[in-house]
Amino acid sequence: MPDLKTVVLSNQEIAPGYYRMKILAPGYTQLSSPGQFVMLRVQNSLTPLLRRPLGIYRVGFAPADCDTLPPKEFVELIYKVVGSGTEIMRELEVGAPVELLGPLGTGFEFGAAGTEKIMVGGGIGLVPLYMLAQELVKTSAVKLLIGGRTRDDIILASEFERLGVKVEVATEDGSMGTKGLVTKILEQQLDVSKQTEVFACGPMPMLDAVEKICTSREVPLQVSLEALMACGVGACLGCVVKGEGHTSSEPNYLCTCTAGPVFDATNLDWKKTAAIKMAGGGK
Amino acid sequence: MSKSTEQQFKPNLAVDVAGLKLKNPIMPASGTFGYGEEYSPYLDLNQLGAIVTKGMSLNPKAGNNTPRICETVSGMLNAIGLQNVGVDAFIKDKMAFLANYDTPVIVNFFGNTQEEYGEVAARLDDVPGVAALEMNISCPNVKQGGIVFGTEPQAAAEVISLVRKRTSKPLIVKLTPNVTDIQVMARASEEAGADALSLINTLTGMAVDVKTRKPRIANTIGGLSGPAIRPVAVRLVHQVVQAVKLPVIGIGGITSAVDALEFLIVGAKAVQVGTANFVDPTAMATIIADLEKFCIDDGITDINALIGSLEL
Repeated sequence: MPDLKTVVLSNQEIAPGYYRMKILAPGYTQLSSPGQFVMLRVQNSLTPLLRRPLGIYRVGFAPADCDTLPPKEFVELIYKVVGSGTEIMRELEVGAPVELLGPLGTGFEFGAAGTEKIMVGGGIGLVPLYMLAQELVKTSAVKLLIGGRTRDDIILASEFERLGVKVEVATEDGSMGTKGLVTKILEQQLDVSKQTEVFACGPMPMLDAVEKICTSREVPLQVSLEALMACGVGACLGCVVKGEGHTSSEPNYLCTCTAGPVFDATNLDWKKTAAIKMAGGGK
Repeated sequence: MSKSTEQQFKPNLAVDVAGLKLKNPIMPASGTFGYGEEYSPYLDLNQLGAIVTKGMSLNPKAGNNTPRICETVSGMLNAIGLQNVGVDAFIKDKMAFLANYDTPVIVNFFGNTQEEYGEVAARLDDVPGVAALEMNISCPNVKQGGIVFGTEPQAAAEVISLVRKRTSKPLIVKLTPNVTDIQVMARASEEAGADALSLINTLTGMAVDVKTRKPRIANTIGGLSGPAIRPVAVRLVHQVVQAVKLPVIGIGGITSAVDALEFLIVGAKAVQVGTANFVDPTAMATIIADLEKFCIDDGITDINALIGSLEL
């Protein structure tokens, strides 16, 4: 979990409002596992003050600037511009200094090799599913169900397809794929396939619905949550979620940053998930 | 002195706070450093002047609903609600890790009633490795206790006197800025038997999401910390230093050695670094190194010469 003072390698818009940033990150290809995140300090100033938690999209090596140098190890983040921190991120140019703490948190378990895997995501919630897909396709058939309001919200579909993932899309306005909620196509999928494991990341109402669908069918589910975080290392206790069996007399608060961001759905208290504001990538 | 010998001397950064010998005046603020272990991958805890733990209560405490934090201009609001494992679990599970370090451990604690304050202090009194107690009479985020004792001088004096009888450890009383006259509270604490004062705890604050028209933290009101509060904190430390003879530990928005020096110059014997730990887990190591550099550059052989050196 190094705290790196490093630089931006690239930063491009990939869809309206969505950006892809590569950051020089020695060690990350060995250290990172699917579902983990980083805390990124976008500029050395007091405003914004806190780092931004951002899900890791992928890690890898980029070609060196010349033949005599080693390739550049990078971490790639995909983010949506939603606030002051991501506004600043969007403006960062190649070579801009950033501080990168990570990789942090507990990621996905890969489940039983060979059983069908269904991933469900929407918007920035697709980000942590990419590295997961890279692993799962090695042993299993993998489907990705993407949901969004309109076709503009559907990002990264071709990137997943290139991994060998079968992608299906649902949009609320019907501008792409099936018309309706992504949970509708999840139900259809689960009705025809029994031996399945589900992995989900997206807005909290979507996760709530996915949890109900999977629980009623006794399908194993892992979810990746987003929370407001100050530290990312389990100290501030700002990012907690209620765990299974939580009561005020016997609290079971779990830190999203250390116990998560990926949780087995059975470890969370789904009665009170309204406490969690959003799920997905970062702010 | 030649330039080369100037650069060779190693200034003394050690300070004494109520009999506690600290390697340097830098320690974390309670609640921003967990139980120490959370930051050990990033920072050598032996470098610190002291370690200050999350606040302990008699029984485990769940804390507040979420969202518990939000960012504000050069700061953040929090209403964690003193979530902690309880003093017995702390002694059993958390002290063993801290025993690996030679840095003094200051255990922060609080209670809902006078009796609870006394009982927690008593249970910590004979625990090896606990160097001092920091008594929180100033948390703005819990309904009972905390702030009640921190804003009424009579209530403060009573609970401090009671705790004083139940512990032989150095007793640091942590004060709230959310009072009309902090000098009154400081004097009441001194007369009741405190060995040192630490200030400030967070300033109460509030932020609203204008789209949802809801408060941005579930508790509605929270505690403001971070660089935004530093000038207020420096002013209050300055006023308290004038009012009492007790050593004072300055807290409030410190992110750099220069910030820490402000507090030392107005008379704090040591300082606590809080929100900055969240932003940069190595912040305290950098501050300690930069304090030493400041002393070398200014030809100051002992940091104690800076403490209370304010020129008016």
